[in-house]
Amino acid sequence: MLYSEKVMDHFKHPRNVGVLEDADGVGEVGNAKCGDIMKIYLKIDGDVISDVKFETFGCGSAIASSSMATEMIKGKPLSQALEVTNRAVAEALDGLPAHKMHCSVLAEEAIKAAIQNYYDTHGIAYDPSQFPDCASCGHCEDGHCHS
Amino acid sequence: MRIYADNAATTKMSKTAIDAMTPYLNEIYGNPSSLHSVGQEAAEALHSARERMARLLNCEPKEIIFTSGGSEADNQAILSAAAIGERKGKRHIVSTAFEHHAVLHTLEKLQKRGFEVTLLDVHENGMVTPQEVADAIREDTCLVTVMYANNEIGSVLPIPEIGAVCREKGVYFHTDAVQAAGHLPIDVQKDQIDLLSLSAHKFHGPKGIGLLYAKKTIPLTSLIEGGAQERRKRAGTENIPAIMGMAAAFEEACAQMEENREKVTKLRDRLIQGLSEIPHSILNGDREKRLPGNAHFCFEGIEGESLLLLLDEKGVCASSGSACTSGDLDPSHVLLAIGRPHEIAHGSLRLTVCHWNTMEEMEQIIQAVKEVVAYLRSISPVWRDLQEGRRTYVIQ
Repeated sequence: MLYSEKVMDHFKHPRNVGVLEDADGVGEVGNAKCGDIMKIYLKIDGDVISDVKFETFGCGSAIASSSMATEMIKGKPLSQALEVTNRAVAEALDGLPAHKMHCSVLAEEAIKAAIQNYYDTHGIAYDPSQFPDCASCGHCEDGHCHS
Repeated sequence: MRIYADNAATTKMSKTAIDAMTPYLNEIYGNPSSLHSVGQEAAEALHSARERMARLLNCEPKEIIFTSGGSEADNQAILSAAAIGERKGKRHIVSTAFEHHAVLHTLEKLQKRGFEVTLLDVHENGMVTPQEVADAIREDTCLVTVMYANNEIGSVLPIPEIGAVCREKGVYFHTDAVQAAGHLPIDVQKDQIDLLSLSAHKFHGPKGIGLLYAKKTIPLTSLIEGGAQERRKRAGTENIPAIMGMAAAFEEACAQMEENREKVTKLRDRLIQGLSEIPHSILNGDREKRLPGNAHFCFEGIEGESLLLLLDEKGVCASSGSACTSGDLDPSHVLLAIGRPHEIAHGSLRLTVCHWNTMEEMEQIIQAVKEVVAYLRSISPVWRDLQEGRRTYVIQ
């Protein structure tokens, strides 16, 4: 098998899939040209992510990474969500094939993009160095962040 | 339930082919180079298999070199023609942008050795014209290599006409007929083919065996040095069981060709009709000039690997040209060559059926694809953007 059972489970039965119409923060990363786009919607209550949904255009591991990432941040304070790394997402999925690691990078970036969007749209000051620029994942030559 | 619709990748072996192999595993296991009777019986079998393959391709037995498959035959054909060209100072080769990698990567290797390669652009319907081939041939052209039928989108190229152009210009013509052999009538004399590659496992024969037809006047370069097998052009003890399986499978495929073609074309046409009902989908490859069993589509707003995995869950085995299935960043070079943009090429699906499939299975496939495409679109931000007008449809 190409994927672990956990990846297949999250791919076939994705958690938190959908849209939040009244989202407080939305992050979209990736590029259709490269074959994957992730969009994460956050509902923020005080400092806590009270709800999260995602939409993903991409391969099995992209969908599974999005699903896992939303599970890892739901109900968590923003500070904890910002600490979720791509490695943590991949490990929670019992690993990803080497050429699919960029999917977990996109998941990390999507979370950060959504939180950054929340800060920006709500006039909350933050340290920009907490947020990666889009060249960091190395997936695409021409960069891929839309957020 | 499992429906196998990936016959362009490989096929299930026919009983005839398996039965033709077993005596050469059990009883006549000799080495054809041995002088004793077990060896000589194997040598006779080898001789007869070569004659039977030659008869069906309309060439002489000595014009057939058994290889490990289509890739080796492609490599040997191209490198041989290049070596002949080089000796005459001709270092230009004409091919197309959507050849199999066995051809393209061999050409790249030659480019590094100083050869010039013209890769013809492919039209949207997966065709190149004989005139385009004629126009690309130069004084220093030593080879034209154009596939008989494309392995992804299934378009069937005008091979006899390209053969005629090459013959007229005095340039060697090679065709990778891996997808066509056993499915379409091939006659190397009539089609004016000088070199041809085929592979047994694409027509219900065993894997690991194929052949190179090379006109007897063409001196071949051997890729594998060693013993004197295959007229010293391909060393290594002959794979007699596989060769016997290939000959039996090819005879069977050629004998049943018309009957199978009629049946498989009907299955394919139903697939094309059913899948065309999916909004914002497009058929790839020429509608008429295509392999009998090939239906190839792009669906906007989704990605191919997830499509394949979910189809597999529903029991449908298919294939895609998406980047994620190739382990590469770019989607299929074939889809890019016919002008599909990257984002569309990622959402491709290849279904290739054979005479063992049924019409009922086609209905199940159509239903499964419709469900999976609709589901993946429902979770796709790209599809939402398209639907809500933030992004423009590429496929109308």
